[in-house]
Amino acid sequence: MKNIQEIKRDFPILSQKINGRPFVYLDNAATSQKPKQVINKITQYYEETNSNIHRGIHALAEKATQEYERTRSHVASFINASSADEIVFTKNATESINLVASTWAQDNILEGDEIIVTALEHHANLVPWQELAKRKNATLKIVPITEDFLLDIEVFNSMLSERTKLVCVTAMSNVTGTITPIRDIVKKSHEKGAIILVDGAQSVGHVPTDVQADDVDFLVFSAHKMMGPTGVGVLYGKKELLNNMRPYYFGGDMVEEVGDYDSVYKRAPMRFEAGTPNIADVIAFDTSISYLESIGIDAVARHGRELLDYAIERFSQYSFVKLFAPKNTENSGAILSFSVEGVHSHDIATVFDQHGVAIRVGYHCAQPLVKKLTLLGTARMSFYIYNTKEDIDMAEEALKKVVEIFKLQ
Amino acid sequence: MDIYTEILLDHYRNPHHAGKLDDADVFVHEVNASCGDSVDLYLKFDEKNVITNVGFTGSGCTISQASMSMLSDELIGKTLEDVQSLTMEYIEQLLGIPISPGRSKCALLSIAAAKKATHDAMRNK
Repeated sequence: MKNIQEIKRDFPILSQKINGRPFVYLDNAATSQKPKQVINKITQYYEETNSNIHRGIHALAEKATQEYERTRSHVASFINASSADEIVFTKNATESINLVASTWAQDNILEGDEIIVTALEHHANLVPWQELAKRKNATLKIVPITEDFLLDIEVFNSMLSERTKLVCVTAMSNVTGTITPIRDIVKKSHEKGAIILVDGAQSVGHVPTDVQADDVDFLVFSAHKMMGPTGVGVLYGKKELLNNMRPYYFGGDMVEEVGDYDSVYKRAPMRFEAGTPNIADVIAFDTSISYLESIGIDAVARHGRELLDYAIERFSQYSFVKLFAPKNTENSGAILSFSVEGVHSHDIATVFDQHGVAIRVGYHCAQPLVKKLTLLGTARMSFYIYNTKEDIDMAEEALKKVVEIFKLQ
Repeated sequence: MDIYTEILLDHYRNPHHAGKLDDADVFVHEVNASCGDSVDLYLKFDEKNVITNVGFTGSGCTISQASMSMLSDELIGKTLEDVQSLTMEYIEQLLGIPISPGRSKCALLSIAAAKKATHDAMRNK
């Protein structure tokens, strides 16, 4: 198994200098960096294999099809789905959610039904449901968070009712890092006959994921947050659900038979994959999953937790720094939001950037959540397997620069 | 490049023309919804449309507040019409530092406020 320094060497982008300083990348919740194995796979595909898939009967077309479908099987085994037919490739997690909203939810949510979302949600797992609720005259209920940035399960329990049809919840908040008790939420939702959609954009590839053990109905995530290329998302759905959903968009490859006025559609997953997909990037996604498996997802999660603990230890020494993280880091992923009293988050970002440290600031596509925490937005550091304690030390150096410039002590 | 020059930080900590103008001829509230930077701008002008006094209050990042402070000095003596043609390049020159695309909205807030105020002033006459 590789050590962190060996892993770091696999990521060419990390060896550059920013503003004359070593590049420290702490914005993994926005997107992850890619190992050269993934980058090379894309080039190799275009140099050796490129062909359209699912139709051709020549050597390269068959090879390309095989590799594309291999990724599908690999994704299925990575999240412990019961079949590769339960994996649909989309453009990103946001599209996956919109697919469910405009097919399953559009057909199954009726007037007066209730949809439960949470205060932790990213706009991707909130706005589609706002629209759906308006379209169908359904009621949207929002589970609040506790003082400790955890999901308020008591309130969730009281919100569940006979009219609850759909529960949409993030597995890990991209702002507070909060890990939600998915298994418990699924169980309680199913008792009320509700379907549950889990937003795994921050969790899959960072902490272990098991859709059968958790019994989730739908899970969404994006390749680019787990060392894969952009432009590839996944919708996992239980077979019986997917096969009862009408297609999202129509065209070639999702049809069984086409007449002049009528067509017969394929079953899942092809039902939802009309047209030529993002072939090269789906194939390269297979390489990123293999890369993560070679490290081990438990090791990735453990490393993230260690970095989070270290960052909290360093940053909590400053009285004017406020941390927005659960006290018990057993309940968090490797994401840490903070604010600095008297300094606007844009200025924090610029000072950090001048110091070579890339962080994210603002509302993190979660305005309702962040506005509850602080009106002006937070700064956010997020870690992955190639980050080190030295990276956090550099971030602390940048924080000290903020102190100096804004005369905080 | 270090954008936190002494001049910028001084304008941020001790903004020029700070405070509202009780006898203002026009007032606007301009806010950057995506980050919370905001500026309340008060202008006084004469019968020839020449700006004679400026006041502002606001909260936000250094670039948004410092640029409003620097701009407030320049507004006095300009006509309402002059202000309509102010540009990003103008503000960048005033600030004396390069503004990256990510921070351009911060710098533009003051120009947006000034343009809105002078536009409203001309329309109301």
